[in-house]
Amino acid sequence: MMSPTGKIKLVDRVSAINWNRLVDEKDAEVWDRLVGNFWLPEKVPVSNDIQSWATLTEAEKTMTTRVFTGLTLLDTIQGTVGAVSLIPDALTPHEEAVYTNIAFMESVHAKSYSSIFSTLISTKEIDEAFRWSEENPNLQRKAEIVLDYYRGDDPLKRKVASTMLESFLFYSGFYAPMYWASRAKLTNTADLIRLIIRDEAVHGYYIGYKFQKGLERVSPAERAELKEYTFNLLFELYDNEVEYTQDLYDELGLTEDVKKFLRYNANKALMNLGYEALFPRDETDVNPAILSALSPNADENHDFFSGSGSSYVIGKAVNTEDDDWDF
Amino acid sequence: MAQLVYFSSASENTHRFVQKLGLSAQRIPLRPTDGFLHVSEPYVLVVPTYGGGNEGGAVPRQVVKFLNDEDNRALIRGVIAAGNTNFGEAYCIAGDIVAAKCHVPYLYAFELMGTTEDVNRVREGLGRFWQRQLQIPA
Repeated sequence: MMSPTGKIKLVDRVSAINWNRLVDEKDAEVWDRLVGNFWLPEKVPVSNDIQSWATLTEAEKTMTTRVFTGLTLLDTIQGTVGAVSLIPDALTPHEEAVYTNIAFMESVHAKSYSSIFSTLISTKEIDEAFRWSEENPNLQRKAEIVLDYYRGDDPLKRKVASTMLESFLFYSGFYAPMYWASRAKLTNTADLIRLIIRDEAVHGYYIGYKFQKGLERVSPAERAELKEYTFNLLFELYDNEVEYTQDLYDELGLTEDVKKFLRYNANKALMNLGYEALFPRDETDVNPAILSALSPNADENHDFFSGSGSSYVIGKAVNTEDDDWDF
Repeated sequence: MAQLVYFSSASENTHRFVQKLGLSAQRIPLRPTDGFLHVSEPYVLVVPTYGGGNEGGAVPRQVVKFLNDEDNRALIRGVIAAGNTNFGEAYCIAGDIVAAKCHVPYLYAFELMGTTEDVNRVREGLGRFWQRQLQIPA
């Protein structure tokens, strides 16, 4: 397992946090959202997937198990090092509190994979998969790149690396459960992973937002340097992700499909950091079955403009309304 | 001339999208102390979806207040929503909610601050949309 050698500093001074004096309302908004989204893996009936798991081929089982050990490693890094390393750089006490929430939730995610493993596979198979994850150079390199920045002394670069992890590096792994869900397999496992995916969206959004707030405080020259750094890091991580994806998916012939998903999410990571999307549409056209497994609404016709205009799409009845509507 | 009304939180995602459109637009204020927006011309609403879960609050409360005003509500002609597919079934659900409550078409959904493709489609689409609106007698 990776272990950071550099010391991560603690905050210099702690004052009692007063949630009635907000400096940045985004802190309370995100805190509330994270608390509202809280969940535990015990609530998801993964054991209902045992029969479905048995229908997978050995190669499919191996791929899926390896994917989950890789995700476990990333969540462990983010819970134990990543989110914690952001605390000393926080601009407000409420931002510190949000990072502690993120750190805990990443530990919940990491534990979730273990509950999937213990439900579906034997101890021996689990151990083998963890051994693979420790020996796979591309997975280790991905961890090493990110950990290097967490140990480094640039607060804004740490946020960039952290947003890349939350919004980009998980997706070579997240593809697999969405792939299975699109084939009506391991659907309970997919439900659990969707909860993780939802959390990572809030984490990436928030850390990216704080990066942008930080950018406002630095000189134009530093801003330009950070932009260049961000894109360079993205390319470095992308190249590594492609190799990692090949290691996982080549045998099943899924690599090209996964790469579209990677680029689509790389664009979203950049947007979370306030930058324009990099990869063009024809390189990010995610398999509709995967997109639909991720979000059943994503493939609905929400492009009124592209049609003839004759079919008005009036929103369907939605029961997640709030009581502050007056009509 | 017809225009856009939008809300954007401090993340500025929706604000950036609207800026890229380069069309005349009015912003719903973030804080009550910043005043209340009253509109006097037909508009398309651009609204971000607050993320995730079944906790409600998908439509930002500032937008709810804006639409609670009967005069403002009478002038909405369509809605465009922003969101993130990571939120699954709740992806861009603010668009569904506003379209259903205001009985207007849900024109387009995009993620975060939108891609160049999104911007081009919406800009061209809105042009055609307003052309057709002008042909409908009031």
